[in-house]
Amino acid sequence: MNLTHSEKHSEAAVYRAVIAAGEPFMTEVKAGQTLRLLDLEGNQAVDTLFYSASNPRERYDVQRTLRRQNRVYLSAGSVLYSNLGNPMLTITADTCGRHDTLGGACAQESNTVRYALDTRYMHSCRDNFLRASLHDGRLSKRDISANINFFMNVPVTPEGGLTFEDGISAAGKYVELKAHMDIIVLISNCPQLNNPCNAYNPTPAQVLVWD
Amino acid sequence: MTASLALGPTLYEETVPGGGHTSFVLKRGQQLRITDIEGGANVSLLLLNAMEKSERLNLPDSLKCQHTAKLTAGHCLYSDMGRVLAAITKDTCGWHDSFGGVLNADEVKEKYGAGRYQELRNGYFRNGVDNLLVEMGKWDLGLADLLMCLNLFSKVTVDSDGCFHFQPDNSRAGDHIELYAPMDTLVVLTALQHPMDPNPAYAPKPVQLTWQQVRSDGITLLCRTSRPENGRGFHNTERLYI
Repeated sequence: MNLTHSEKHSEAAVYRAVIAAGEPFMTEVKAGQTLRLLDLEGNQAVDTLFYSASNPRERYDVQRTLRRQNRVYLSAGSVLYSNLGNPMLTITADTCGRHDTLGGACAQESNTVRYALDTRYMHSCRDNFLRASLHDGRLSKRDISANINFFMNVPVTPEGGLTFEDGISAAGKYVELKAHMDIIVLISNCPQLNNPCNAYNPTPAQVLVWD
Repeated sequence: MTASLALGPTLYEETVPGGGHTSFVLKRGQQLRITDIEGGANVSLLLLNAMEKSERLNLPDSLKCQHTAKLTAGHCLYSDMGRVLAAITKDTCGWHDSFGGVLNADEVKEKYGAGRYQELRNGYFRNGVDNLLVEMGKWDLGLADLLMCLNLFSKVTVDSDGCFHFQPDNSRAGDHIELYAPMDTLVVLTALQHPMDPNPAYAPKPVQLTWQQVRSDGITLLCRTSRPENGRGFHNTERLYI
C-alpha cells in the first residue's frame, strides 16, 4: 500500500464539517484548495462525486481516470479526470492506501437485487445523492454517475472476479485531494445496513478544507 | 454457455463499419446478435430504458450484484433502477470489458495523430465520446447521459498490483454476443478500437448486427437462474409491465 501522510494541521483548516451517519452532504472547494475526508470511526464508506462548479455537466469520469493511471484502485498520486478529459483533483495524501471507484453507490433498487426484495424501503446512497442534488438545484438524477467509495476495498482478481474485502480503513484514516478547478463535492455518507464491510454500523465522517 | 431454445427467423441484419455508430430500440422480447466479422473488433455500448431515458446502464450495479469484473454469458446488464436492460444469453468470446471506456477527440489525436476529414473523407479518425454523444443527441440525450460504457469483445485483466493489461486476440472472426431485451431498451453503440488496444494505427473493425425475435422467454433461463440476484432483477423488470 502506498501511504502518504499530510503536513496539514486541522487547526489551520478554513472549513470543517461532520457528516452524520447515513446523511447526504454537499460543499464546494475552489481551485487550489485541499479537501480532506476523514474516517472518524473506521470502515465507513464515503460515496463521493465531483462536478465542475462552473459547468456541472462536467463531472468525475471513472473510466478515464482508471485508464489514464492504468490502475483499478485510487490512492496518493491518482489524478481524477472529468468526462471532458480535464484533471479535476489529485489525491495528495492518503493514509488508507486504497479506495474503490468501481462498486458504485447503493440504491433502493439495487438493494432489492443484491440482498432481497424487501430491502426496498431502506435508506440508500442514491437517495442521499438525489436529496442533496434536488435541494441544491444544480444537479439532477441524470448527473448521478459512477462515484468513488473512499475507504472501501473492492479487489479485482486476475480471473475477473470482484470481491468485497473487510475494510482496510480505521478510525482517523484520511484522504486528501487538491482541486484543479472549482468543484462541487457531493457525498453520501453510506447508510448501508446489509453489507459486512462496515460491520453493519454506519458512522460519521469529517470534511476539512484548507486554502 | 448457450441457452438452447429455437429462435424465430432473423428480423433484420446490418453491418456497422469500423468507426460507425448507431442507435435503436431493441423491443421487449427481441434479441440482438453482435458479430465480430474480421476478429479484433470492439463495440462501445450504452443501454437505456427506451420509455424513460433517465434510467440507464449502471455498470457498477451490474458488476457488484453479480460479483464479477468481467461480463459474459449468463450475466445481466442492469439499469440504475434494478432492472435488466439486457441479458447476455450467448457469448463465444468469454470476456467483455467494463474498465476502458472511450477516448475523446484529444485522446485519439494523441494516440493516432491527426486524421482529418479533408484528406480521409469518411475514413477520418473518429472517437467514442463524440460518436456516442451524436447518437444520444438524436434521442435528446446529452453529456449527462454519457456514463460508463461496456466494451464488447475486449478483455482487460487486472494484476495483483491493480494494474491493467489489455489482452489481444480475445475476439476472433465470427465471435458473437447475444443480448436479449426483457424490456424496451434503447441501444447506443459505436465500433471503435478499445482505448487500451496497443495497435498504434487507427484501424477500427466492422461488426454485424442481427435482430431476432425470441419465441419464448425461456431463452433467458440461463441468466435468470445464474444467480439469485438475477431472479430478483427479472422480477423488477417484469414489474414494469404489470
